[in-house]
Amino acid sequence: MGVLSNKFSDNIIITSLDKIINWARSGSEWYFQFGLACCAIEMMSTAAARHDLERFGAMPRSSPRQADVMIVAGTVTLKMATRVIRLYEQMAEPKYVISMGSCANSGGPYWQHGYHVLKGVDQIVPVDIYIPGCPPRPEALLEGIMHLQKKIKEEHTLAKKAS
Amino acid sequence: MTEAEIYSGLSARFGEKLLSFQDEETSNPAAMVEAGAVAEIMTYLKGSEDLAFDQLMCLSGYDAGPELKLGVIYHLYSTSLDHYFTIKTEVDRESPEIPSVAALWATADWHEREVYDMYGVSFKNHPDLKRILLEDDWEGFPLRKDYVAAETYRGMKIAKEK
Repeated sequence: MGVLSNKFSDNIIITSLDKIINWARSGSEWYFQFGLACCAIEMMSTAAARHDLERFGAMPRSSPRQADVMIVAGTVTLKMATRVIRLYEQMAEPKYVISMGSCANSGGPYWQHGYHVLKGVDQIVPVDIYIPGCPPRPEALLEGIMHLQKKIKEEHTLAKKAS
Repeated sequence: MTEAEIYSGLSARFGEKLLSFQDEETSNPAAMVEAGAVAEIMTYLKGSEDLAFDQLMCLSGYDAGPELKLGVIYHLYSTSLDHYFTIKTEVDRESPEIPSVAALWATADWHEREVYDMYGVSFKNHPDLKRILLEDDWEGFPLRKDYVAAETYRGMKIAKEK
């Protein structure tokens, strides 16, 4: 590090604030613990011992106020959609949404005749990552989480955006 | 007792309130009864010592077709005497009203609410007849065959894009 070498004591690193904030955020994707259908079974399996979602720093929280990521795991019925909006609004910024499985992505098997199903959760909340599958395997959810980490690492929290 | 024996006993007691006995091509022979007499017949089926139907296994609704009637089917079982019976009843789709059996079997409470929710059958004397699955402000009864899905619900689009 040239001119800076040996200028500081040990245990000091030099980085940009953006980088360290993004590093911390991407390594603690606390997700909101709720499941809407069979995708929730895969989400639970992902969180359990074999796939161990917590090694990515993602742990389940039972309150929207403590959660950073909302994994919409399953069929969003119109009745639940009103609740999903409220829960999303209760989450603190920064917040992210993962749409897991065909139902949350587009209505899935309820696309044509589902009088009670919302045709995609992106109609009511902004979605960051879509995971295809019916339901997606745990590996797919893990990849979705990793893609979200990549997305978070590219964020600019402090630098002004050129709008 | 067999279903045929139960039916002949019932028709001797209730006469014209029992409309027909359907036992062909089915594993569940059923008695079609008059809708208004459902509570009365069920009270007897449960209370009689020879019948003792202490369990309502299932209560389900159906829609026979756009121009036809709405129906409700009751599947009964006696745990003490180990015999089964099925009761069917049909009502007009314009004024569907059937006496509730929730006072006889607590199981019927939620089942009747579900039939009300999906088919709009109104159960007289039900303790709390309201929708069980859909929201209270939902319009229409979705399992009726002439049901047309709404375009939107509370501003959310339902119909698929074409």
